[in-house]
Amino acid sequence: MSAAPYTLPGRVVRVGEAVSLRIRTRTVVVSFALVVIVLALSIYAIGTGEFEIPPGTVVNALLGTADGGSEFIVRELRLPRVLCALLVGAALGVSGAVFQSLTRNPLGSPDIIGFPQGATVGALIVITIMAGSGLAITVGALTGGVLTASAVYLLAFKRGGTSGFRIVLIGIAISYLMISITDYLLARARIEDAQEATRWLLGSLNGRTWEDVGPLALSLAVLTPFVIPAARSLRALELGDDSAHALGLKVERARLALVALAVGLVSVTTVAVGPIGFIALTAPQIARRVARTAGLPLVCSALMGAALTLASDIAAQRLVPDRALPVGVMTGLFGGVYLAWLLTMEWRKGRG
Amino acid sequence: MSAQTATDAPKSRGSGGRPPSGSATGARGGRFTRSAGLTISFALLAFAALLSLAVGARSIPLGDVINALLHSGSSQEEAIIRDLRVPRTLLGIVVGAAIGVAGALMQALTRNPLADPGLLGVNAGASAAVVIALALGIAGAASSVWFAFIGAAAASVAVYVIGTAGRGGATPVRLALAGTAITAALTALIYGVALSDVKLLQQYNFWSVGALGGRGRTQLDAVIPFIAVGLLIALALARSLNALALGDDSARALGTKIGRTRIGGAVAVTLLCGAATAAAGPMYFLGLTVPHAARALCGPDQRWILAYSAVLGGALMLFADVIGRVVVRPSEMPAGVMMALIGTPLFIALVRRKRIAQL
Repeated sequence: MSAAPYTLPGRVVRVGEAVSLRIRTRTVVVSFALVVIVLALSIYAIGTGEFEIPPGTVVNALLGTADGGSEFIVRELRLPRVLCALLVGAALGVSGAVFQSLTRNPLGSPDIIGFPQGATVGALIVITIMAGSGLAITVGALTGGVLTASAVYLLAFKRGGTSGFRIVLIGIAISYLMISITDYLLARARIEDAQEATRWLLGSLNGRTWEDVGPLALSLAVLTPFVIPAARSLRALELGDDSAHALGLKVERARLALVALAVGLVSVTTVAVGPIGFIALTAPQIARRVARTAGLPLVCSALMGAALTLASDIAAQRLVPDRALPVGVMTGLFGGVYLAWLLTMEWRKGRG
Repeated sequence: MSAQTATDAPKSRGSGGRPPSGSATGARGGRFTRSAGLTISFALLAFAALLSLAVGARSIPLGDVINALLHSGSSQEEAIIRDLRVPRTLLGIVVGAAIGVAGALMQALTRNPLADPGLLGVNAGASAAVVIALALGIAGAASSVWFAFIGAAAASVAVYVIGTAGRGGATPVRLALAGTAITAALTALIYGVALSDVKLLQQYNFWSVGALGGRGRTQLDAVIPFIAVGLLIALALARSLNALALGDDSARALGTKIGRTRIGGAVAVTLLCGAATAAAGPMYFLGLTVPHAARALCGPDQRWILAYSAVLGGALMLFADVIGRVVVRPSEMPAGVMMALIGTPLFIALVRRKRIAQL
């Protein structure tokens, strides 16, 4: 780094010999602003609903100094749902950023390469054909997602590696195949199964309790330590395989580890709440635009994912009176429109 | 899109820079082969139709099928054929022809070998409009076709506008991505609306699988005028499409009115896809597969491609339907799912071909 012919923005913080960080002021400010937004959204989400609680009481209840009634509503009923949304959103944001950096393509997110569609088919086969529930659905979803994503990868692979566009197009084709199979499975299912399955396959945060938050938080806590080395190898890989190799990175091993981490994060969220579409695609892109970084900022992506997921859930719950929609409806709607906008902007500029 | 023209150019024998029409020198033999090929395609269609009449939950020998068609008897088997299988088969032929021709039109208009009404958001648009109309209680079996048109038209315009944004125009990848974006947004919208009502969800789940089973005369009667008009417009455009294959500038130099051709084509695609989707539900990959098969058989002349696409589209639709009746007996695999199973490998093969992947 010392040989750089120009100075990089930001300042370098060193802790002893081992740790050295470059901190960009803008990234820090943006992250801080996102934290404030996430907190404000959380307080709003907890405070509103059938029983309104003023923001001050919400904060008191969270700190444990409010009366029993509001404390119960806040802590037992509404907080788990909000935490679920935040954790899932953050995991999706990071996973999307890793995927997009690896494929060097904003469209290289799990949504485009067929992970959620495959997970849906896997879960539906378990629900409608094998009449399974609980853990069996989870295993089915994961198997379906991983198999589909690997199939897309392998089919897109040719001598000289995978090209960005080939992966995207093949992902689209496989996704449509999976959607056809999903539709078929839904149509032949009993109506009760179909309705339950439809809710599941859109991703829903309804009725989350601490029992859902626990495993989710635990699995994310296990995965998080791996994100820090991942961020380092991502930066190196963004320079191109040769440069990364020259910087001392074992390229293939690093890539495999990153893919495993990203798939792990998506899988955890899929298990917890079903496939929530498009957060992994949109969060890193918006974060990059706001933070104006060259690469995809992981911390900002995580915070942006959390904010987007929570905002979508708030909208999905309150948009149609008396009818709580699954959060996936909102993220799909928003994500599709955002993708259209993103494509238009990129192409206007003559890229892509 | 030069790759498509490049792929096809060697096949137009001795046309020396002129549009690859049948009147080019040395095309007499070509025309004979093409006519023979079309005859064979018709034979294929007839064979598929006979199979479609004979095969099912209750198999009926071909001799009896022909007997039942020629004489109006009153036995149970004749009733099955007349009242259930004939309408279903006719619907399959009409829908298959419509989607095949629509796919050929889209591929020619956008010079895009990956164009397919399903992949470019047209089906999702039609579905969304029909579901919203059903939710508002303003659509019945017959009037839903009008909503399907509105939705199909709106979605195809949106996809085209997004796909052509900026310099470089509409490449296959751009259109496919724009189609994906629009489809994603519309699918979320559809589920948002459909989840609000158990009956509506059931209706939608049934309808959202492209299939011929349980559909018949009612749907056929509702859409056949629109499909007829769409097919006529498509045939009238064939000559201009040949010129358009050479690029906008050359087409203009040859006296083709490009704007009129594009608008006419868009109207025809909307009519064909909207009507087909309203009648049989969304079909993916049929509109992609058929024109490629047609081009491989008859070369680059759009007039022949359209004719082949209509006949082969009907035949493929019926084959998909018949296979679907057999594979998971005693229940049925919908034709739409069978088409996706057949069409996906073809799409992947196309993408893996280097030329197109680089576009």
